[in-house]
Amino acid sequence: MILESFNLFWFFGLTVIMLFVIGLYYVLVTYNLIRVLIGLEIIVKAVTLLLVVAGYMTKHVALVQSLVITLIVIEAVLITVAIGVVLGLHGKNDSLDARRIRNLKG
Amino acid sequence: MTLLDIFLLVLLVCSALATVLIRSLLRSGIALAFTSAVLSMIIFRLNSPVAAVFELSVCTGLISVLFISTISLTEPRTRDEKLQHTKERLRKFWYLPFILVVGGIILSQINKTISFPLPAPETETDVRLVLWNLRSLDLLGQIIVLLVGVFGVVILFKEKKK
Amino acid sequence: MNSLFILLPFFSVLILNLPFRAVMKKLALRLGLYLSMVQIACALCPTFFRFSNEFDFTSRFFKFDLAVDGLSQVLLLSIGIVLSVSFFMARTMITDEEKIFNFSSLALLLMAGMNGIVMVTDIFSLYVFLEISAISSFILIAFHKDENSLEAAFKYIVLSAIATMLMLIAIALILVVSEDTSFSTICLETQDSAHIVFLMFAVGIFLCGLLIKAGVMPFHGWLPDAYSAAPGPVSVLLAGIVTKALGVYTLIRIFGFVLPLNHSINQVLLFAGTISIVIGALAALGQSDFKRMLAYSSISQVGYIIVSLGCGTLLGLAGAVFHLFNHSIFKTLLFVNAAAVERQCGTRNMDKLSGLASRMPVTGATSVIGFLSASGIPPLAGFWSKLIIIIALWACGQYVYAVIAAMASVLTLAYFLYMQRRVFFGKIATDLVNIKEADFGLVVPAIVLAAITIGVGLGFPIFINTFVLPVMNSWKG
Repeated sequence: MILESFNLFWFFGLTVIMLFVIGLYYVLVTYNLIRVLIGLEIIVKAVTLLLVVAGYMTKHVALVQSLVITLIVIEAVLITVAIGVVLGLHGKNDSLDARRIRNLKG
Repeated sequence: MTLLDIFLLVLLVCSALATVLIRSLLRSGIALAFTSAVLSMIIFRLNSPVAAVFELSVCTGLISVLFISTISLTEPRTRDEKLQHTKERLRKFWYLPFILVVGGIILSQINKTISFPLPAPETETDVRLVLWNLRSLDLLGQIIVLLVGVFGVVILFKEKKK
Repeated sequence: MNSLFILLPFFSVLILNLPFRAVMKKLALRLGLYLSMVQIACALCPTFFRFSNEFDFTSRFFKFDLAVDGLSQVLLLSIGIVLSVSFFMARTMITDEEKIFNFSSLALLLMAGMNGIVMVTDIFSLYVFLEISAISSFILIAFHKDENSLEAAFKYIVLSAIATMLMLIAIALILVVSEDTSFSTICLETQDSAHIVFLMFAVGIFLCGLLIKAGVMPFHGWLPDAYSAAPGPVSVLLAGIVTKALGVYTLIRIFGFVLPLNHSINQVLLFAGTISIVIGALAALGQSDFKRMLAYSSISQVGYIIVSLGCGTLLGLAGAVFHLFNHSIFKTLLFVNAAAVERQCGTRNMDKLSGLASRMPVTGATSVIGFLSASGIPPLAGFWSKLIIIIALWACGQYVYAVIAAMASVLTLAYFLYMQRRVFFGKIATDLVNIKEADFGLVVPAIVLAAITIGVGLGFPIFINTFVLPVMNSWKG
């Protein structure tokens, strides 16, 4: 029932997939620690868009909005803690290059 | 689905690409804020105004300010390092324009199906009521997460006085 | 009344942050210790939960959908035990008063988060409490803010965030098929759904996210760094309960009780589990850092739990739950010993340590018990759970996997005995002649945990009857 209207929404699906791929590739490739966090943010946006589209397709707009609100709050706290760790690393090493921070090996 | 929605989606992908490809870190942060704003507009078009407002205020406002302040706090690299780094990155990302062109060709082929209307949602129940009654456990979780965030800020951001 | 497990730690953290600073700083650690012991007491008597459904007074204010069944009870018991051990250790290992206050508050919030994970009946609330526990553990790993722990915390943050996003994508896709996010609705809607391919795609993505969180090969990249670089009490928390509650419990809950188990999922679980067992055991051989070796051994043991789940039978589930409990007990014991060794000798490098048992007899004896339980020697607890796992594998026709599991157990035993002999027995190294036994706060938990391992091993029928059998009641395999 729901999935027959899927063909209308594959624009949104395509956008979500592209955003996710862009974000994931950025996280895997970049050297700078802050850029890793920016890539993570793009992935979060892709997932937010997917949730809202899923809610729209199944007509559960109110439920999905409350889910999205919770998700946004949690991600804000996560990014804050991650930035705290990055600032700590910068304070120790004076550089944000992930290639130079390779103490733990094996 | 009107042309406006398709335009907004394309704009979203383009600004995400801009965030990734821009060399300067500060401008990358500003492009991230722009991406959040475009996403918020798309969410508003999908009949979710409360979520759109949250996304606008938190992601565009709070998180982008956090990023820009972090970027300002950490020292920039020297000019030679920057040039070397951008040359390497351009070499890695060369195939992204090809993906975009292929995607654009696919998009242009289905020009005919744009005139379908989106299925209208039923009368929406109030988000605030749903959030308070149905998902009160999530509300408790949000409060606990905020408390954890406060502790994280206190522990991680405090500099030791020598 | 079930929500008290979450609300009590949360309110105590709020109370601890009231302006009476001097009093609160002394109170923080004790409050955490008492709350976790109360949790052990509640989890040990099953009648408590029958009462809780009758006298539910918090439901007058808020409507919380929390349910405790047999599986949650086992996990609540493990959470209580590991948390009380960690609080006990923290008194001796962390000396700064401000840091003890921060540690207790964060550990209490972590307790609230993990209690929430094991009690929710809704897949999105599961995500919320998963994130609470994960963010608390990030901050706890980076607690002392030295370089290694910050690096380990950052790796953990990135990989955990990717895993969480994968799980959320799966939740969004499941939401398209089912109407609500609660477990019962998802179970009903996905039983005979027509969109089986779509659902399998969502389930596959969810499984990838969960395997990253559980630290199963090949997604284990963050685990050795996080376990070895974290401070002592935090390593105990991470290894003992956090990885299990976040990754393994969620796997058992979602794939055993909510989503329909498929043959292909079983195959994936068996394969991933076996790779974890073998490569974890082999990688532990080449380590010179004590805690890193224990981390790889953890990966190997979690592989046993995953393999047992992959059988898809009731016996496999019983083996998985029993081994989960045993692993939290003996791995916590081993990490307590590692913290004691590090504190007394100043190094974790096993090449420099030898003959410690002559100076640290209690640590040596309890670590022998811990290692024997990990390798599966009768009559300790680890033997029974590994036996059940291997029998379950044999009974459902996976002969190759059963043989591999048995041989990996022998390999683990051989290596552990060799390492024991080198580190604890033998001649003492020249620069370690003057060390003493570890402090009271590190010795008592080790003795208690060793006693639990021996007790569960000797009296395992009692344990299985009270704790493991009730799990099978709502199994939807």
